[in-house]
Amino acid sequence: MGDCGGATLSARKNEFMTLERVSYTLDSTLDSVNKAEQTAEELAAKMPFEEEDCHRIAMAVREAAVNAVLHGNAYDPKKKMTVSFENTGNALVIKIVDQGRGLRDEDIPDPLAEENLLKQSGRGIFLIRSFMDEVKIRNLEPGTEITLVKHIGQSSETATEGRQ
Amino acid sequence: MTMKASNRRVDGVTILDLSGRITLGEGSVVLRDQIRELLGKNEKKILLNLGDVTYIDSSGIGELVSAFTTVRNQGGELKLLNLTKKVHDLLQITKLYTVFDVKDDEASAIKAFTK
Repeated sequence: MGDCGGATLSARKNEFMTLERVSYTLDSTLDSVNKAEQTAEELAAKMPFEEEDCHRIAMAVREAAVNAVLHGNAYDPKKKMTVSFENTGNALVIKIVDQGRGLRDEDIPDPLAEENLLKQSGRGIFLIRSFMDEVKIRNLEPGTEITLVKHIGQSSETATEGRQ
Repeated sequence: MTMKASNRRVDGVTILDLSGRITLGEGSVVLRDQIRELLGKNEKKILLNLGDVTYIDSSGIGELVSAFTTVRNQGGELKLLNLTKKVHDLLQITKLYTVFDVKDDEASAIKAFTK
């Protein structure tokens, strides 16, 4: 198994089992985006995910954090982003919440549509859905909560089948 | 690791060697400024060497698309060289792989530009 951590699978499992849930409240800055991405990569590396999946999880978190900070909170220093990571025993569940105006699923354009292919933006949610097993977007009115789930033991190839 | 960029000229083609991360913020801005600078000098045959680019996010992808359309709209050509597997996969799933002219050999990439 080409996992992304150096420890044995059982050792990493035990290490991660001590962590049930961690949560961070972060400013609406690019530094926070980098912190969320880095934390995701570190936590995923402690779980029995393959290296490719660790990268995908970190990238999905980065994209979700960019959405929260840039499109949601619009870098407003009064607004915060909350990022939580939870080990459910068989999955890594990540929730990212912003305090912006709210994102509705039906407003997200399809970046693969011919008319959108050469647009500069609009690929973040698509990449998140490509990389995670489940993605749920909830409009909090105001604010948006996006939940990302990566199941342990589900290969990258089958991941897209279970996405929502 | 932030992005670094340097350029060189070979047979009328400007090769922009990029390394590091092309992400929201610094990396994307560096790429945008480099393209703008080259077009300002009327260097419109541009080969982006991404061999040492370790990471691209959706903002970086957007910047590549923007560079491609900006150069094309000014009558130039922009091609990509030496994609890593991660960047290759990203362009595949976003259906951009066939939009860009992607090369894996510098010499043949230079020859592929319109004379």
